[in-house]
Amino acid sequence: MRLRALLSNLGLALGVFIIVSPAILFFIWMASLSVKMEIDNASYPPVLIPAQFAWENYASVFNSNRFTTYFFNSLIVTGSATLLALLIGVPAGYGIARMQAHKSTIVVLIARITPGLSYLIPLFLLFQWVGLLGTLWPQIIIHLVVTVPIAIWIMIGYFETTPMELEEAAMIDGATRWQVFRHVALPIAKPGIAVAFILAIIFSWNNFVFGIVLASRGTRTLPVAVYNMISFDQLSWGPLAAAALIVTLPVLLLTVFAQRQIVAGLTDGAVKGG
Amino acid sequence: MSEPQTATPPPRKAWRVPSYWPFVIPALIVVAGIIVFPWLFTIWMSMHEWKVGAPTTFVGLANYIRLPSDPRFVEAVGHTITYTLLSVILPVIFGTFAAVIFHQKFPFRGFLRGLFIMPMMATPVAVALVWTMMFHPQLGVLNYILSLFGLPAELWVFHPGSVIPSLVMVETWQWTPLVMLIVLGGLSAIPSEPYESARIDGANAWQMFRYITLPLITPFIFVASMIRMIDAVKSFDIIFAITQGGPGSASETINLYLYSVAFVYYDIGYGSAIAVVFFVLIVVLAAIMLYMRQRLHWNQTGGAA
Repeated sequence: MRLRALLSNLGLALGVFIIVSPAILFFIWMASLSVKMEIDNASYPPVLIPAQFAWENYASVFNSNRFTTYFFNSLIVTGSATLLALLIGVPAGYGIARMQAHKSTIVVLIARITPGLSYLIPLFLLFQWVGLLGTLWPQIIIHLVVTVPIAIWIMIGYFETTPMELEEAAMIDGATRWQVFRHVALPIAKPGIAVAFILAIIFSWNNFVFGIVLASRGTRTLPVAVYNMISFDQLSWGPLAAAALIVTLPVLLLTVFAQRQIVAGLTDGAVKGG
Repeated sequence: MSEPQTATPPPRKAWRVPSYWPFVIPALIVVAGIIVFPWLFTIWMSMHEWKVGAPTTFVGLANYIRLPSDPRFVEAVGHTITYTLLSVILPVIFGTFAAVIFHQKFPFRGFLRGLFIMPMMATPVAVALVWTMMFHPQLGVLNYILSLFGLPAELWVFHPGSVIPSLVMVETWQWTPLVMLIVLGGLSAIPSEPYESARIDGANAWQMFRYITLPLITPFIFVASMIRMIDAVKSFDIIFAITQGGPGSASETINLYLYSVAFVYYDIGYGSAIAVVFFVLIVVLAAIMLYMRQRLHWNQTGGAA
């Protein structure tokens, strides 16, 4: 019987190893590519840990190609799109949950199903007519396509689970609807807002397709900037991998530290999405 | 925002049917502007001959009629279906397996789960860049790994025959975690009693999985497949960043073709028609899946009765 328990433990360990290793090995290899010199990246058989670390790969990324500009572009676009989405989406989620207007969520579903490119054609023309191209505004506005539905969706789910009794009591005491929302519903909903905030940040930060169409040289976000680096220096893998790692590192850190919120948001939203 | 508020009657003490409209109005305006308007405009554009810089003319359904006779579009539909089918099946199988594993108790489970979901959250373009390096036929680490097992080198994304499976591999690596999370949610809702009685009856692990777990998590697997289908059809970042639809047009899906038509050839009218047909295709695929679930469900209850 002890042998059997040992065997099943071994089996479990093997299973864990098999499913987790593709993710771990990939990111280890990514890190390895980013700290190797040309000669090590081109060697066969491949080297995992180089004899000499090429930290200058990172230095060259920070120094070259207006990296700081692109970083701030990303920060402004993601920050604005996320804050606007919360400002709009949290009250909307509250209103929809309290009105039990479940049919209105069909719009959120359509937004979820529609390919991002479909929004780009009409909005690109619109931005052109209005003359916004060349600024960061088009990207901030179009990122709302991603962030607003996330915020509304998660907040509907959250406000539906918060108890009504407190709000009813406050209203009997003569509070206005706004006061009830501001002082009763909102404080309880903080964990839900955190989930919406984190997911909106991640999906906006990662977004690529809006940028390749709407960004000009000065308004590129980081994913677009990294993509453009590929065509420029095809073969200097070290700096390229370093740039890729820098771009995705904030998101990876957020994933590790806010894992609970992300898991809650994704499973909740996903299960209801079906 | 204040104007619509004055239009509604002033707040009453009748708290039973309160008006929550003011909370929703900003979102309504935004959704109308960035979701509803683009859709209506797209439908309108799709009925015009519309190229950037040229005058537009109304052509009715001509853009739609052009689609079936456009060999590149037909080919793209085929690629999309192959890509989607594989990108649903593989993550669902691996994701279910991973969920069963993560449902057990073992040390560092939370931390390992965090690592496991990283591929899904990482910036797709950054990930695609590293995969491109790994796919490199001479210097890539994947061919080295194959050689360790005595397998011949592959051309991965550089050969028309292997490009879609290679891209699906990336997609599977990236999105298996989402399936895992959804199925894990289903597993955690299963009570322990059926397992206890099954164990007393002498069922082995596989029997318990096959006859207790699987039927109970089927609804969750279905939801995961549905979401996976919607995302796989729309997949863009990975394909665009790794192959741009190449080599030739071997990995050009509808989404990538749409990009070329609209933003490389600037054929806005035709691009809009593709966008509309593409959306209809996604809705139809979703409807087929829902229909299949209903039938399966009906059969199950019918069989049990």
